[in-house]
Amino acid sequence: MRIGVVTFPGSLDDRDAARAVRECGGEAVALWHGDADLKGVDAVILPGGFSYGDYLRCGAIARFAPVMDVLVPAARGGLPVLGICNGFQVLTESHLLPGALIRNDHRKFNCVDQRLVVENASTAWTSDFETGQEITIVLKNGEGGFVADDKTLDRLEGDGRVVFRYVTDAEGRNPNGSYRNIAGITNKRGNVVGLMPHPEHAVEAGYGPSLDGRGFFTSIIKQTLESAANA
Amino acid sequence: MGSIVVDVMLKPEILDPQGQAVGGALPRLGFDGFTDVRQGKRFVLTVDGDVTDEHLTAAREAAETLLSNPVIEDVVSVRALDDDAPPAGGDAEDGEK
Repeated sequence: MRIGVVTFPGSLDDRDAARAVRECGGEAVALWHGDADLKGVDAVILPGGFSYGDYLRCGAIARFAPVMDVLVPAARGGLPVLGICNGFQVLTESHLLPGALIRNDHRKFNCVDQRLVVENASTAWTSDFETGQEITIVLKNGEGGFVADDKTLDRLEGDGRVVFRYVTDAEGRNPNGSYRNIAGITNKRGNVVGLMPHPEHAVEAGYGPSLDGRGFFTSIIKQTLESAANA
Repeated sequence: MGSIVVDVMLKPEILDPQGQAVGGALPRLGFDGFTDVRQGKRFVLTVDGDVTDEHLTAAREAAETLLSNPVIEDVVSVRALDDDAPPAGGDAEDGEK
């Protein structure tokens, strides 16, 4: 089970993502933004950070990196891809996922242990969770407000493509102004998932708020092993 | 050497926290007549020689693919910068008292 982790200039959490893959029993394969080569991996993680300094728009320049030229068609063909934080922004800029991420409505950078509700436990990356399950992982971003037009939001909800929702505070507010409290979404096929919070920071006892992040990595490892067994 | 100016704005329905921050600061400086501020982006693309229709076509394509995100932004204008006009479009030279 080989999971590629892409490093862009300005990626920060690529090493943590690779470590999380190994902690959960997979083999992490380093992928480089400048190489149009996925090295035959079974799945790909686009990690958090500030690719290209977040210049222009978050993820906008990373979208046109050589590795994306091969990743976008592979993802459309069914390759499992997880975009975390900046990786989620890259996925929306690539139009693999709808909507966009804009500056937090309160204009401050967030760094909190965030409660989420799993809304869809049937994607490639969430099958080890249960629908309705509450998990707590780290959220840290300045531009995490998920926006889309009403039609797109209705379609996402109608198709069950909202994968995670923020648990709101006492005033009913989510941490960044995301429309309909959306923290993560998936594509129609369920192989591409993007979310702002960071599962890779919650996989090891003593580090992070929980071990809830492990489910992302065990889900994909199990699914890949099963599909290999059935092939 | 010619230049093309591309102006990009957030769509009206998209929240603009940066514009709000600027809008919140203006009254503190005594500018209290502005009810809203929206912040946009301007790109100046420079070419060798004069700006041609081909340059403008390429600039429009660049504006739609990289310079803006059509999900949240509108390309407001793509136009050749007039050499005779000051870049800001204002009367900077006449500002002296």
